[in-house]
Amino acid sequence: MKFGILVNEGPFTHQASDSAYQFVKAAIEKGHQVMRVFFYYDGVNNANKLSAPQSDDRNLVKLWGELAAEHNVDLVVCIAAALRRGIVEDNLADGFRISGLGQLTEVGIAADRLVVFGD
Amino acid sequence: MSDTEIEFDTAGITRKFMYVNRKAPYGTIYALEVLEAVLISAAFEQHACIVFIDDGVYQIKKGQDTAAVNMKNFSKTYGIIAMEKEDADEDEDMDMVWRIIVEKESMEARGLSRDDFVIDVEVIPSDELAIIMAEQEIVISG
Repeated sequence: MKFGILVNEGPFTHQASDSAYQFVKAAIEKGHQVMRVFFYYDGVNNANKLSAPQSDDRNLVKLWGELAAEHNVDLVVCIAAALRRGIVEDNLADGFRISGLGQLTEVGIAADRLVVFGD
Repeated sequence: MSDTEIEFDTAGITRKFMYVNRKAPYGTIYALEVLEAVLISAAFEQHACIVFIDDGVYQIKKGQDTAAVNMKNFSKTYGIIAMEKEDADEDEDMDMVWRIIVEKESMEARGLSRDDFVIDVEVIPSDELAIIMAEQEIVISG
């Protein structure tokens, strides 16, 4: 199956991004395709490379980037949501790209299912 | 914009999108950012149901004055959604159905009626709305 993923929360306050990450990993392991992960609302904070969690905690920003590198997953951050939260090219983490909201609509149309994580 | 823009072929595909507005217009950013998503989606000529439930019904209430809370009053922008719907309704060549729906129970619980809204809406009870929701292909909420 072809999945689109929407992540609506940042990496710490809610579990949504962790759950999305685990889902994407499991889906790929099962042979499904993840066409795109789109980050919206506070979800754009998952792409902030200045994020520095304590060393004994998981680092979702890095984990998403590694997943993207390993499986060629398209990680897209909404530009409007990102700019107002201070996520710009300068602090964009590896593996992510900044683009427009149309990319969310597009993956909604193209994927078999859009799975939403977070409020 | 970063390096590689990836595009999917969506030509000729029309799907059913639903946008569910559940939150009051101010206090959280959800209302504004769902509105932005709806407006962008219009360019893709997809079916869309824009739904207002719970405190989300306040998003389209007439007479909003946000000066005291120092927030941008974006209630007028919902007029653009109404215009998109009109365009879709009038253009026979366009396969695009837009519906703007307020959940009846949410509206009544807040002492509101359809005349209180800045745009024309369908008022639909929750059991019927549940059926419409089940028919959707993509549901985005805030």
